[in-house]
Amino acid sequence: MKISREEVLHVAELARLKFSNEEIDLFSRQLNDILVYIEKLNELDTEAVPATTHAHELKNRFRDDASSPSLSPEKALENAPEKEGSQFVVPRII
Amino acid sequence: MEFEAVIGLEVHCQLKTQSKIFCNCSADFGAPPNTHTCPVCLGMPGVLPVLNKKVVDYALKLALSTNCTINKKNVFARKHYFYPDLPKGYQISQYELPIAEHGWIEIETPKGGKRRIGITRIHMEEDAGKLIHHDTRPISYVDLNRTGTPLLEIVSEPDIRTPEEAGEYLKRLRELVRYLGISDGNMEEGSLRCDANISLRPKGETKFGTKAELKNMNSFRHVQRALEYEIRRQTALLLDGKQVEQETRLWDEARGVTLPMRGKEEAHDYRYFPDPDLVPLEIDEAWIKEIKKTLPELPQEKRRRFVEEYGLGSDDAMVLTSSKELAEFFEATLKGFNEPKKVANWIMVELMKFLNQDGIEIHECRVTPTHMAELLGLIEKGTISGKMAKEVLEKVYKTGTSPGEIVEKEGLSQVSDEDTLHAVCQEVMDENPKEVEKYRAGKKKVIGFLVGQVMKKTKGKANPKRVNEILIELLG
Repeated sequence: MKISREEVLHVAELARLKFSNEEIDLFSRQLNDILVYIEKLNELDTEAVPATTHAHELKNRFRDDASSPSLSPEKALENAPEKEGSQFVVPRII
Repeated sequence: MEFEAVIGLEVHCQLKTQSKIFCNCSADFGAPPNTHTCPVCLGMPGVLPVLNKKVVDYALKLALSTNCTINKKNVFARKHYFYPDLPKGYQISQYELPIAEHGWIEIETPKGGKRRIGITRIHMEEDAGKLIHHDTRPISYVDLNRTGTPLLEIVSEPDIRTPEEAGEYLKRLRELVRYLGISDGNMEEGSLRCDANISLRPKGETKFGTKAELKNMNSFRHVQRALEYEIRRQTALLLDGKQVEQETRLWDEARGVTLPMRGKEEAHDYRYFPDPDLVPLEIDEAWIKEIKKTLPELPQEKRRRFVEEYGLGSDDAMVLTSSKELAEFFEATLKGFNEPKKVANWIMVELMKFLNQDGIEIHECRVTPTHMAELLGLIEKGTISGKMAKEVLEKVYKTGTSPGEIVEKEGLSQVSDEDTLHAVCQEVMDENPKEVEKYRAGKKKVIGFLVGQVMKKTKGKANPKRVNEILIELLG
Protein backbone atom coordinates (compact mmCIF):
# COMPACT_ATOMS: atom_id res chain seq x y z
CA MET A 1 0.00 0.00 0.00
CA LYS A 2 1.28 3.45 -0.92
CA ILE A 3 -0.81 5.17 1.74
CA SER A 4 -1.73 3.98 5.22
CA ARG A 5 -5.15 4.21 6.84
CA GLU A 6 -3.57 6.58 9.41
CA GLU A 7 -2.41 8.93 6.68
CA VAL A 8 -5.87 9.00 5.18
CA LEU A 9 -7.36 9.78 8.60
CA HIS A 10 -4.77 12.54 9.10
CA VAL A 11 -5.54 14.15 5.75
CA ALA A 12 -9.26 13.94 6.50
CA GLU A 13 -8.69 15.60 9.86
CA LEU A 14 -6.66 18.42 8.28
CA ALA A 15 -9.52 18.99 5.82
CA ARG A 16 -12.06 18.81 8.67
CA LEU A 17 -13.79 15.84 7.06
CA LYS A 18 -15.45 12.99 8.95
CA PHE A 19 -15.90 9.58 7.35
CA SER A 20 -17.37 6.23 8.31
CA ASN A 21 -15.04 3.21 8.60
CA GLU A 22 -16.32 1.91 5.28
CA GLU A 23 -15.54 5.23 3.58
CA ILE A 24 -12.05 5.31 5.03
CA ASP A 25 -11.42 1.83 3.64
CA LEU A 26 -12.81 2.83 0.27
CA PHE A 27 -10.79 6.07 0.04
CA SER A 28 -7.63 4.36 1.21
CA ARG A 29 -7.99 1.87 -1.59
CA GLN A 30 -8.81 4.54 -4.18
CA LEU A 31 -6.01 6.88 -3.13
CA ASN A 32 -3.65 3.93 -3.25
CA ASP A 33 -4.73 3.14 -6.80
CA ILE A 34 -4.13 6.74 -7.83
CA LEU A 35 -0.67 6.79 -6.27
CA VAL A 36 0.29 3.51 -7.89
CA TYR A 37 -0.83 4.86 -11.24
CA ILE A 38 1.10 8.12 -10.81
CA GLU A 39 4.14 6.17 -9.75
CA LYS A 40 4.49 5.05 -13.33
CA LEU A 41 6.06 8.45 -13.99
CA ASN A 42 9.03 7.42 -11.88
CA GLU A 43 9.98 4.93 -14.54
CA LEU A 44 11.08 7.84 -16.73
CA ASP A 45 14.68 8.98 -16.49
CA THR A 46 14.42 12.67 -15.48
CA GLU A 47 18.04 13.03 -14.42
CA ALA A 48 18.74 15.73 -17.02
CA VAL A 49 15.45 17.60 -16.59
CA PRO A 50 15.57 20.56 -14.17
CA ALA A 51 12.94 20.58 -11.43
CA THR A 52 10.04 22.84 -12.20
CA THR A 53 7.01 24.16 -10.38
CA HIS A 54 4.83 25.05 -13.34
CA ALA A 55 3.96 23.34 -16.61
CA HIS A 56 4.35 26.49 -18.71
CA GLU A 57 7.27 28.84 -19.27
CA LEU A 58 5.62 32.06 -18.17
CA LYS A 59 7.39 34.18 -15.58
CA ASN A 60 7.38 37.71 -14.15
CA ARG A 61 3.78 38.79 -14.58
CA PHE A 62 3.14 41.92 -12.53
CA ARG A 63 0.58 44.53 -11.59
CA ASP A 64 1.53 48.16 -11.00
CA ASP A 65 0.91 49.38 -7.48
CA ALA A 66 -2.37 51.21 -8.10
CA SER A 67 -5.68 50.67 -6.39
CA SER A 68 -9.08 50.53 -8.01
CA PRO A 69 -12.56 50.42 -6.43
CA SER A 70 -13.41 47.33 -4.40
CA LEU A 71 -16.70 45.50 -4.01
CA SER A 72 -19.38 47.17 -1.92
CA PRO A 73 -19.67 45.58 1.54
CA GLU A 74 -23.18 44.41 0.58
CA LYS A 75 -21.76 42.52 -2.39
CA ALA A 76 -18.79 41.19 -0.41
CA LEU A 77 -21.11 39.82 2.29
CA GLU A 78 -23.74 38.46 -0.08
CA ASN A 79 -22.79 34.81 0.43
CA ALA A 80 -22.11 35.07 4.15
CA PRO A 81 -24.14 32.55 6.17
CA GLU A 82 -24.17 35.06 9.01
CA LYS A 83 -23.47 38.79 9.13
CA GLU A 84 -24.04 41.88 11.24
CA GLY A 85 -23.81 45.32 9.72
CA SER A 86 -20.88 45.09 7.32
CA GLN A 87 -19.10 42.32 9.25
CA PHE A 88 -18.99 38.58 8.77
CA VAL A 89 -20.03 36.73 11.91
CA VAL A 90 -18.38 33.44 12.94
CA PRO A 91 -18.57 31.31 16.10
CA ARG A 92 -16.15 32.72 18.67
CA ILE A 93 -12.78 31.08 18.16
CA ILE A 94 -10.91 31.88 21.38
CA MET B 1 24.36 26.34 37.09
CA GLU B 2 24.52 29.34 34.83
CA PHE B 3 22.29 29.40 31.75
CA GLU B 4 22.51 31.23 28.49
CA ALA B 5 19.45 32.26 26.48
CA VAL B 6 19.20 31.49 22.78
CA ILE B 7 16.74 33.80 21.07
CA GLY B 8 15.54 34.11 17.49
CA LEU B 9 12.96 36.62 16.28
CA GLU B 10 10.36 36.41 13.54
CA VAL B 11 9.23 39.84 12.46
CA HIS B 12 6.29 40.59 10.19
CA CYS B 13 6.57 43.95 8.53
CA GLN B 14 3.60 45.57 6.82
CA LEU B 15 4.58 47.27 3.57
CA LYS B 16 3.44 50.79 2.71
CA THR B 17 1.98 50.10 -0.72
CA GLN B 18 -1.11 51.64 -2.24
CA SER B 19 -2.72 48.34 -3.25
CA LYS B 20 -2.70 44.77 -1.94
CA ILE B 21 -0.11 42.18 -2.94
CA PHE B 22 -2.22 40.18 -5.42
CA CYS B 23 -5.19 42.43 -6.29
CA ASN B 24 -6.12 46.09 -6.86
CA CYS B 25 -7.89 46.63 -3.54
CA SER B 26 -6.59 49.53 -1.47
CA ALA B 27 -4.08 48.55 1.24
CA ASP B 28 -5.03 51.57 3.39
CA PHE B 29 -5.93 51.03 7.01
CA GLY B 30 -8.80 52.34 9.05
CA ALA B 31 -11.52 52.02 6.40
CA PRO B 32 -14.98 50.76 7.47
CA PRO B 33 -15.08 46.92 7.71
CA ASN B 34 -15.15 44.95 4.46
CA THR B 35 -14.95 47.92 2.11
CA HIS B 36 -11.56 46.90 0.62
CA THR B 37 -12.31 43.45 -0.75
CA CYS B 38 -12.73 41.82 -4.15
CA PRO B 39 -13.16 38.28 -5.48
CA VAL B 40 -9.36 37.75 -5.41
CA CYS B 41 -8.76 38.60 -1.74
CA LEU B 42 -12.08 37.06 -0.69
CA GLY B 43 -10.80 33.77 -2.11
CA MET B 44 -13.60 33.21 -4.61
CA PRO B 45 -13.09 30.24 -6.94
CA GLY B 46 -11.66 30.88 -10.39
CA VAL B 47 -9.89 34.18 -9.68
CA LEU B 48 -6.32 34.95 -10.68
CA PRO B 49 -3.94 36.69 -8.28
CA VAL B 50 -1.26 38.87 -9.94
CA LEU B 51 1.83 40.05 -8.08
CA ASN B 52 2.26 43.75 -7.18
CA LYS B 53 5.72 44.69 -8.51
CA LYS B 54 6.32 47.24 -5.77
CA VAL B 55 6.25 44.49 -3.14
CA VAL B 56 9.24 42.88 -4.87
CA ASP B 57 11.00 46.28 -5.09
CA TYR B 58 10.49 46.80 -1.36
CA ALA B 59 11.65 43.28 -0.50
CA LEU B 60 14.80 43.88 -2.57
CA LYS B 61 15.48 47.16 -0.77
CA LEU B 62 15.39 45.43 2.60
CA ALA B 63 17.37 42.43 1.33
CA LEU B 64 20.15 44.70 0.03
CA SER B 65 20.22 46.74 3.24
CA THR B 66 20.56 43.64 5.41
CA ASN B 67 23.44 42.08 3.47
CA CYS B 68 21.32 39.20 2.17
CA THR B 69 21.90 36.96 -0.80
CA ILE B 70 19.08 37.48 -3.28
CA ASN B 71 17.58 34.40 -4.87
CA LYS B 72 17.22 34.87 -8.60
CA LYS B 73 14.40 32.36 -8.75
CA ASN B 74 11.34 32.90 -6.56
CA VAL B 75 8.24 30.78 -6.20
CA PHE B 76 5.12 31.51 -4.20
CA ALA B 77 3.67 28.68 -2.15
CA ARG B 78 0.35 27.96 -0.50
CA LYS B 79 0.42 27.47 3.26
CA HIS B 80 -2.72 25.65 4.35
CA TYR B 81 -4.60 26.07 7.60
CA PHE B 82 -8.11 26.90 8.68
CA TYR B 83 -8.87 30.09 10.52
CA PRO B 84 -11.79 32.51 10.09
CA ASP B 85 -9.49 35.41 9.11
CA LEU B 86 -8.17 33.39 6.14
CA PRO B 87 -10.93 33.13 3.53
CA LYS B 88 -9.04 30.95 1.02
CA GLY B 89 -8.07 28.28 3.57
CA TYR B 90 -4.43 28.95 2.62
CA GLN B 91 -2.06 31.88 2.80
CA ILE B 92 0.09 32.74 -0.22
CA SER B 93 3.65 32.87 1.09
CA GLN B 94 7.11 31.73 0.06
CA TYR B 95 8.60 28.47 1.28
CA GLU B 96 11.53 26.76 -0.41
CA LEU B 97 12.63 29.72 -2.49
CA PRO B 98 12.29 32.95 -0.48
CA ILE B 99 13.47 36.22 -2.01
CA ALA B 100 16.47 36.64 0.29
CA GLU B 101 18.65 34.58 2.64
CA HIS B 102 21.82 34.62 4.74
CA GLY B 103 22.05 38.28 5.73
CA TRP B 104 22.81 40.16 8.94
CA ILE B 105 22.02 43.28 10.91
CA GLU B 106 24.63 44.94 13.08
CA ILE B 107 23.60 45.88 16.63
CA GLU B 108 25.35 47.81 19.38
CA THR B 109 26.03 45.91 22.58
CA PRO B 110 25.64 47.61 25.99
CA LYS B 111 29.44 47.73 26.36
CA GLY B 112 29.71 49.79 23.18
CA GLY B 113 30.78 46.94 20.94
CA LYS B 114 29.09 45.72 17.79
CA ARG B 115 27.56 42.34 17.06
CA ARG B 116 26.10 40.82 13.92
CA ILE B 117 22.73 39.13 14.19
CA GLY B 118 22.20 36.74 11.31
CA ILE B 119 19.13 36.84 9.12
CA THR B 120 18.02 33.40 8.01
CA ARG B 121 15.53 34.56 5.40
CA ILE B 122 13.21 37.28 4.19
CA HIS B 123 10.09 36.31 2.31
CA MET B 124 7.01 37.96 0.84
CA GLU B 125 3.50 36.94 1.84
CA GLU B 126 -0.05 38.16 2.23
CA ASP B 127 -1.60 39.24 5.53
CA ALA B 128 -4.79 37.72 6.99
CA GLY B 129 -7.96 39.57 8.01
CA LYS B 130 -8.87 41.00 11.37
CA LEU B 131 -11.00 39.29 14.02
CA ILE B 132 -12.88 41.16 16.69
CA HIS B 133 -14.25 39.05 19.51
CA HIS B 134 -17.58 40.05 20.98
CA ASP B 135 -17.47 41.03 24.67
CA THR B 136 -20.37 38.89 25.81
CA ARG B 137 -21.78 36.85 22.95
CA PRO B 138 -19.96 33.73 21.70
CA ILE B 139 -19.21 35.26 18.30
CA SER B 140 -16.36 36.95 16.45
CA TYR B 141 -16.60 39.56 13.70
CA VAL B 142 -14.46 39.21 10.59
CA ASP B 143 -13.15 42.22 8.66
CA LEU B 144 -11.28 41.21 5.49
CA ASN B 145 -9.87 44.66 4.58
CA ARG B 146 -6.39 43.56 5.70
CA THR B 147 -6.61 40.23 3.86
CA GLY B 148 -4.04 40.26 1.10
CA THR B 149 -2.10 43.34 2.20
CA PRO B 150 1.64 42.78 1.67
CA LEU B 151 4.01 41.60 4.38
CA LEU B 152 7.69 40.82 4.61
CA GLU B 153 8.62 38.16 7.13
CA ILE B 154 12.14 38.55 8.48
CA VAL B 155 13.47 35.53 10.35
CA SER B 156 16.62 35.94 12.41
CA GLU B 157 19.19 33.29 13.27
CA PRO B 158 19.17 32.17 16.93
CA ASP B 159 22.05 34.62 17.49
CA ILE B 160 20.42 36.82 20.13
CA ARG B 161 21.52 36.19 23.73
CA THR B 162 19.71 38.75 25.89
CA PRO B 163 16.39 40.62 25.94
CA GLU B 164 18.34 43.88 25.45
CA GLU B 165 19.91 42.53 22.27
CA ALA B 166 16.44 41.54 21.05
CA GLY B 167 15.25 45.10 21.66
CA GLU B 168 18.32 46.51 19.93
CA TYR B 169 17.82 44.23 16.91
CA LEU B 170 14.18 45.34 16.60
CA LYS B 171 15.14 49.01 16.87
CA ARG B 172 17.74 48.67 14.12
CA LEU B 173 15.26 46.81 11.93
CA ARG B 174 12.56 49.43 12.49
CA GLU B 175 15.02 52.22 11.75
CA LEU B 176 15.96 50.46 8.52
CA VAL B 177 12.41 49.97 7.18
CA ARG B 178 11.66 53.61 8.02
CA TYR B 179 14.80 54.89 6.30
CA LEU B 180 13.91 52.80 3.28
CA GLY B 181 10.37 54.18 3.35
CA ILE B 182 8.88 50.72 2.94
CA SER B 183 6.92 50.56 6.23
CA ASP B 184 5.70 52.70 9.13
CA GLY B 185 7.46 50.26 11.43
CA ASN B 186 5.02 50.95 14.21
CA MET B 187 4.72 48.04 16.66
CA GLU B 188 1.84 49.51 18.64
CA GLU B 189 -0.24 49.81 15.48
CA GLY B 190 0.78 46.39 14.22
CA SER B 191 2.81 47.44 11.21
CA LEU B 192 5.73 45.62 12.84
CA ARG B 193 4.84 42.40 14.66
CA CYS B 194 7.29 40.20 16.50
CA ASP B 195 7.25 36.59 17.66
CA ALA B 196 10.19 35.16 19.59
CA ASN B 197 11.68 31.70 19.96
CA ILE B 198 13.61 31.24 23.18
CA SER B 199 15.41 28.36 24.82
CA LEU B 200 18.06 28.07 27.52
CA ARG B 201 21.22 26.01 27.68
CA PRO B 202 24.02 25.70 30.21
CA LYS B 203 26.74 28.23 29.50
CA GLY B 204 29.35 26.70 27.23
CA GLU B 205 26.94 24.13 25.78
CA THR B 206 26.61 24.27 21.99
CA LYS B 207 23.43 22.21 21.57
CA PHE B 208 20.10 24.03 21.78
CA GLY B 209 17.59 23.40 24.55
CA THR B 210 13.83 23.03 24.03
CA LYS B 211 12.32 26.30 22.90
CA ALA B 212 9.08 28.09 23.58
CA GLU B 213 7.49 30.37 21.00
CA LEU B 214 6.24 33.69 22.37
CA LYS B 215 3.47 35.70 20.77
CA ASN B 216 1.26 38.71 21.47
CA MET B 217 3.94 41.31 22.18
CA ASN B 218 2.86 44.72 20.91
CA SER B 219 5.82 46.94 21.70
CA PHE B 220 9.59 46.80 22.18
CA ARG B 221 8.98 46.87 25.90
CA HIS B 222 6.61 43.89 25.74
CA VAL B 223 9.19 41.88 23.79
CA GLN B 224 11.90 42.61 26.35
CA ARG B 225 9.66 41.96 29.35
CA ALA B 226 8.28 38.73 27.88
CA LEU B 227 11.80 37.45 27.20
CA GLU B 228 12.96 38.41 30.70
CA TYR B 229 10.00 36.57 32.21
CA GLU B 230 10.59 33.54 30.02
CA ILE B 231 14.26 33.35 31.04
CA ARG B 232 13.21 33.33 34.70
CA ARG B 233 10.51 30.72 34.07
CA GLN B 234 12.72 28.36 32.10
CA THR B 235 15.65 28.79 34.52
CA ALA B 236 13.41 27.78 37.43
CA LEU B 237 12.15 24.70 35.55
CA LEU B 238 15.66 23.56 34.60
CA LEU B 239 17.06 24.11 38.08
CA ASP B 240 14.22 21.95 39.40
CA GLY B 241 15.28 19.21 37.01
CA LYS B 242 12.10 19.67 34.98
CA GLN B 243 11.64 19.91 31.23
CA VAL B 244 10.72 22.96 29.18
CA GLU B 245 7.70 22.10 27.03
CA GLN B 246 7.87 22.96 23.36
CA GLU B 247 4.78 25.15 23.05
CA THR B 248 3.39 28.51 22.01
CA ARG B 249 2.92 30.97 24.86
CA LEU B 250 1.14 34.30 24.87
CA TRP B 251 2.49 37.37 26.69
CA ASP B 252 -0.03 38.78 29.16
CA GLU B 253 1.10 42.37 29.63
CA ALA B 254 -1.35 43.15 32.45
CA ARG B 255 -0.13 40.24 34.56
CA GLY B 256 3.47 40.33 33.34
CA VAL B 257 3.57 36.60 32.54
CA THR B 258 3.59 34.27 29.53
CA LEU B 259 0.83 31.65 29.44
CA PRO B 260 0.42 28.58 27.24
CA MET B 261 -1.95 29.20 24.36
CA ARG B 262 -5.31 27.76 25.28
CA GLY B 263 -6.82 24.84 23.42
CA LYS B 264 -5.26 21.89 21.72
CA GLU B 265 -1.88 22.57 20.18
CA GLU B 266 -2.44 21.92 16.48
CA ALA B 267 0.22 19.81 14.92
CA HIS B 268 1.54 22.15 12.23
CA ASP B 269 1.08 20.48 8.91
CA TYR B 270 0.81 23.28 6.38
CA ARG B 271 1.12 21.14 3.26
CA TYR B 272 3.05 23.81 1.37
CA PHE B 273 3.08 23.49 -2.40
CA PRO B 274 3.86 25.90 -5.25
CA ASP B 275 0.89 28.11 -6.04
CA PRO B 276 -0.16 27.20 -9.58
CA ASP B 277 -1.90 30.58 -10.02
CA LEU B 278 1.29 32.60 -9.66
CA VAL B 279 4.03 32.26 -12.23
CA PRO B 280 7.65 32.09 -11.05
CA LEU B 281 9.42 35.34 -10.32
CA GLU B 282 12.92 35.83 -11.69
CA ILE B 283 15.10 38.66 -10.50
CA ASP B 284 18.00 39.63 -12.74
CA GLU B 285 21.08 41.75 -12.05
CA ALA B 286 19.60 44.76 -13.84
CA TRP B 287 16.66 44.85 -11.45
CA ILE B 288 18.92 44.56 -8.42
CA LYS B 289 21.14 47.34 -9.78
CA GLU B 290 18.15 49.58 -10.33
CA ILE B 291 17.00 49.08 -6.72
CA LYS B 292 20.54 49.68 -5.41
CA LYS B 293 20.45 53.11 -7.03
CA THR B 294 17.33 54.05 -5.05
CA LEU B 295 18.78 53.15 -1.63
CA PRO B 296 19.25 56.12 0.71
CA GLU B 297 22.29 56.51 2.92
CA LEU B 298 21.61 53.90 5.59
CA PRO B 299 21.65 54.68 9.32
CA GLN B 300 24.96 52.95 9.97
CA GLU B 301 26.80 54.81 7.20
CA LYS B 302 25.21 58.07 8.27
CA ARG B 303 26.36 57.53 11.84
CA ARG B 304 29.92 56.89 10.72
CA ARG B 305 29.87 59.98 8.53
CA PHE B 306 28.45 62.20 11.29
CA VAL B 307 31.30 61.15 13.57
CA GLU B 308 33.98 61.68 10.91
CA GLU B 309 32.63 64.74 9.13
CA TYR B 310 31.21 66.70 12.05
CA GLY B 311 33.35 65.42 14.92
CA LEU B 312 30.32 64.28 16.90
CA GLY B 313 30.53 61.65 19.64
CA SER B 314 29.06 58.28 18.69
CA ASP B 315 26.19 58.66 21.19
CA ASP B 316 25.19 61.99 19.64
CA ALA B 317 25.52 60.57 16.15
CA MET B 318 23.26 57.71 17.24
CA VAL B 319 20.54 60.08 18.46
CA LEU B 320 20.72 62.37 15.44
CA THR B 321 20.46 59.49 12.96
CA SER B 322 17.68 57.67 14.80
CA SER B 323 15.34 58.89 12.09
CA LYS B 324 16.02 60.08 8.58
CA GLU B 325 14.01 63.24 9.24
CA LEU B 326 16.04 64.15 12.33
CA ALA B 327 19.33 63.64 10.47
CA GLU B 328 18.05 65.80 7.62
CA PHE B 329 16.96 68.52 10.05
CA PHE B 330 20.44 68.54 11.59
CA GLU B 331 22.23 68.81 8.27
CA ALA B 332 19.83 71.44 6.94
CA THR B 333 20.45 73.55 10.07
CA LEU B 334 24.19 73.34 9.45
CA LYS B 335 23.67 74.99 6.09
CA GLY B 336 22.59 78.15 7.94
CA PHE B 337 24.80 77.81 11.02
CA ASN B 338 27.88 75.69 10.53
CA GLU B 339 28.81 74.66 14.05
CA PRO B 340 27.92 70.96 14.28
CA LYS B 341 28.40 70.49 18.01
CA LYS B 342 26.31 73.53 18.97
CA VAL B 343 23.60 72.59 16.50
CA ALA B 344 23.62 68.99 17.76
CA ASN B 345 23.23 70.13 21.36
CA TRP B 346 20.44 72.54 20.66
CA ILE B 347 18.50 69.95 18.70
CA MET B 348 19.06 67.08 21.11
CA VAL B 349 18.63 68.96 24.37
CA GLU B 350 16.32 71.89 23.77
CA LEU B 351 14.23 70.99 20.75
CA MET B 352 13.85 67.31 21.57
CA LYS B 353 12.66 68.24 25.06
CA PHE B 354 9.55 69.76 23.48
CA LEU B 355 9.15 66.89 21.01
CA ASN B 356 9.33 64.31 23.78
CA GLN B 357 6.87 66.25 25.92
CA ASP B 358 4.31 66.17 23.13
CA GLY B 359 5.31 62.76 21.82
CA ILE B 360 5.77 63.99 18.25
CA GLU B 361 8.44 63.61 15.59
CA ILE B 362 10.67 66.37 14.28
CA HIS B 363 8.85 66.70 10.94
CA GLU B 364 5.56 67.15 12.79
CA CYS B 365 6.67 70.27 14.66
CA ARG B 366 6.65 73.92 13.59
CA VAL B 367 10.35 74.59 14.07
CA THR B 368 12.28 74.49 10.78
CA PRO B 369 16.04 74.17 10.21
CA THR B 370 15.99 77.81 9.06
CA HIS B 371 14.49 78.85 12.42
CA MET B 372 17.10 76.84 14.29
CA ALA B 373 20.01 78.34 12.34
CA GLU B 374 18.59 81.86 12.77
CA LEU B 375 18.21 81.36 16.52
CA LEU B 376 21.80 80.18 16.94
CA GLY B 377 22.94 83.10 14.80
CA LEU B 378 21.18 85.50 17.17
CA ILE B 379 23.07 84.04 20.13
CA GLU B 380 26.32 84.18 18.23
CA LYS B 381 25.84 87.86 17.38
CA GLY B 382 25.03 88.63 21.01
CA THR B 383 21.52 89.79 20.18
CA ILE B 384 20.06 87.38 22.73
CA SER B 385 21.55 85.32 25.53
CA GLY B 386 21.52 81.53 25.49
CA LYS B 387 18.96 81.61 28.25
CA MET B 388 16.71 83.95 26.33
CA ALA B 389 17.17 81.78 23.25
CA LYS B 390 15.56 78.86 25.06
CA GLU B 391 12.48 80.97 25.68
CA VAL B 392 12.45 82.15 22.08
CA LEU B 393 12.73 78.55 20.87
CA GLU B 394 9.70 77.60 22.93
CA LYS B 395 7.76 80.41 21.26
CA VAL B 396 8.91 79.34 17.80
CA TYR B 397 7.87 75.79 18.68
CA LYS B 398 4.44 76.92 19.77
CA THR B 399 3.69 79.46 17.04
CA GLY B 400 5.94 78.75 14.08
CA THR B 401 6.95 82.45 14.02
CA SER B 402 10.61 83.05 13.16
CA PRO B 403 13.05 83.76 16.02
CA GLY B 404 14.02 87.15 14.55
CA GLU B 405 10.42 88.27 14.45
CA ILE B 406 9.76 87.12 18.01
CA VAL B 407 12.85 88.91 19.32
CA GLU B 408 11.89 92.09 17.53
CA LYS B 409 8.18 92.06 18.36
CA GLU B 410 8.71 91.31 22.02
CA GLY B 411 11.75 93.54 22.42
CA LEU B 412 13.90 90.68 23.64
CA SER B 413 17.23 91.75 22.20
CA GLN B 414 19.99 92.20 24.74
CA VAL B 415 20.81 95.62 26.12
CA SER B 416 24.26 96.07 24.73
CA ASP B 417 24.27 99.83 24.86
CA GLU B 418 27.25 100.51 27.14
CA ASP B 419 25.87 103.67 28.77
CA THR B 420 22.63 101.98 29.74
CA LEU B 421 24.48 98.97 31.15
CA HIS B 422 26.82 101.19 33.17
CA ALA B 423 23.86 103.10 34.57
CA VAL B 424 22.01 99.96 35.64
CA CYS B 425 25.17 98.50 37.21
CA GLN B 426 25.73 101.69 39.18
CA GLU B 427 22.10 101.65 40.27
CA VAL B 428 22.39 98.09 41.55
CA MET B 429 25.58 98.97 43.46
CA ASP B 430 23.87 101.95 45.07
CA GLU B 431 20.96 99.79 46.16
CA ASN B 432 23.17 97.07 47.65
CA PRO B 433 25.92 98.81 49.64
CA LYS B 434 26.48 95.81 51.92
CA GLU B 435 27.27 93.48 49.04
CA VAL B 436 29.57 96.08 47.51
CA GLU B 437 31.41 96.33 50.83
CA LYS B 438 31.74 92.55 51.08
CA TYR B 439 33.16 92.40 47.58
CA ARG B 440 35.69 95.06 48.29
CA ALA B 441 36.62 93.24 51.49
CA GLY B 442 37.59 90.25 49.35
CA LYS B 443 34.37 88.20 49.07
CA LYS B 444 34.53 88.15 45.30
CA LYS B 445 31.72 85.60 45.04
CA VAL B 446 29.19 88.29 45.83
CA ILE B 447 29.52 89.50 42.27
CA GLY B 448 27.19 86.70 41.18
CA PHE B 449 24.42 88.23 43.26
CA LEU B 450 25.03 91.68 41.75
CA VAL B 451 25.00 90.30 38.20
CA GLY B 452 21.72 88.60 39.04
CA GLN B 453 20.24 91.93 40.19
CA VAL B 454 21.28 93.62 36.95
CA MET B 455 19.74 90.78 34.92
CA LYS B 456 16.55 91.17 36.93
CA LYS B 457 16.36 94.89 36.30
CA THR B 458 16.93 94.39 32.57
CA LYS B 459 14.45 91.51 32.49
CA GLY B 460 17.20 89.16 31.35
CA LYS B 461 18.06 91.25 28.35
CA ALA B 462 21.57 92.27 29.42
CA ASN B 463 24.54 90.27 28.25
CA PRO B 464 25.63 88.64 31.52
CA LYS B 465 29.25 88.38 30.46
CA ARG B 466 29.46 92.08 29.74
CA VAL B 467 27.62 92.94 33.00
CA ASN B 468 30.20 90.94 34.89
CA GLU B 469 33.01 92.87 33.25
CA ILE B 470 31.41 96.28 33.92
CA LEU B 471 30.78 95.42 37.58
CA ILE B 472 34.39 94.34 38.12
CA GLU B 473 35.48 97.61 36.58
CA LEU B 474 33.14 99.71 38.75
CA LEU B 475 33.86 97.78 41.96
CA GLY B 476 37.60 97.74 41.36
